[in-house]
Amino acid sequence: MMTRQQLLDLYFLEARGKLIEVAAFLDRVERGEGEADFRLAELRRAVTILSRPEADKARQVLMALSDPTTEPIPTATTKGACGAWPSGGN
Amino acid sequence: MRYIEPHAHMVSRVTDDYQDMVTSGCQAVCEPAFWAGFDRSSAEGFRDYFAQLTEHEPKRAAKFGLPHFCWLCINPKESEDVKLAEEVLALIPRFLERPSVLGIGEIGLNKNSRNELKVLERHVDLAARCDQLILVHTPHLEDKFKGTRLTLDALRGDRRIRPERCIIDHVEEHTVRMVLDAGFWAGMTLYPETKCTPARAIDILDRYGQERLWLNSACDWGVSVPLSVPRTALEMRRRGYSAERIDQIVYQNPRAFLSQCPKFHLAS
Repeated sequence: MMTRQQLLDLYFLEARGKLIEVAAFLDRVERGEGEADFRLAELRRAVTILSRPEADKARQVLMALSDPTTEPIPTATTKGACGAWPSGGN
Repeated sequence: MRYIEPHAHMVSRVTDDYQDMVTSGCQAVCEPAFWAGFDRSSAEGFRDYFAQLTEHEPKRAAKFGLPHFCWLCINPKESEDVKLAEEVLALIPRFLERPSVLGIGEIGLNKNSRNELKVLERHVDLAARCDQLILVHTPHLEDKFKGTRLTLDALRGDRRIRPERCIIDHVEEHTVRMVLDAGFWAGMTLYPETKCTPARAIDILDRYGQERLWLNSACDWGVSVPLSVPRTALEMRRRGYSAERIDQIVYQNPRAFLSQCPKFHLAS
């Protein structure tokens, strides 16, 4: 396992770049006209996980964007996935 | 460096990819049956596809000295139509005897529907009756966590299924623990945007160890990188992994799982 300093040296610029991409994406969406769907709210909620202290943030972000239900749906009406689940803040 | 590509959809790739893979140290490629990007109109389309996987594609790979193996099934994206799925399931046994077929896959769920689950259970039954290895696709994005849980329940619900003979593919940080804790193998798929990046896959190796884990590119007709396994090996080297440990993960682990099928053998 590498040291914290070694990991920073290896990945800081990449993480910085990705963070700016997320910020620019949010700016872009906010400049756009019309209503946003639930994905934007879920993404904003997931972003707050980044400031938590636990070293488990990737899993928590994935869970925040996942369907938490346990029963199969009656019928698959589409094949695709959109990347977020409309939790309604719950 | 040597590696095995345990999950690649080579029917969707150009011949240059075979050359690049062999040049990068690939020792064998395994191709699960999957969705073509459109729904087949009948079971006959699957018969042709299974012939392509078991006859044509091994010849194409052999031109570069690369052993090609495959897995057979109707994929979950076409499993909502249970009648079609039953017709395709009826075709599979006659192909299982072919020399490059390793087992049943990639089966699983897509949108986690009742029909998908029903077809998954029928594939599991077929694998159990024919003593086949199983390769499971887990759903995309928001559907993965739920689909992985439902899949594990289905597999554990059949007492004939031995977890060490099943690989649950496309795990990420929120699903890897439940798969490994249940005794199954877990596959990490290296994609540029979805699933795992090389850095995240190595994070998972750091946290969970290297037992019962493999890496694959799952390269297909979408955004994917046929050389993502050797590129991740390079990233492992940057992260301080020894050559022996890298070899364990990218070569010996997939070889150990796949060798449970007596038809899987490598020249060296």
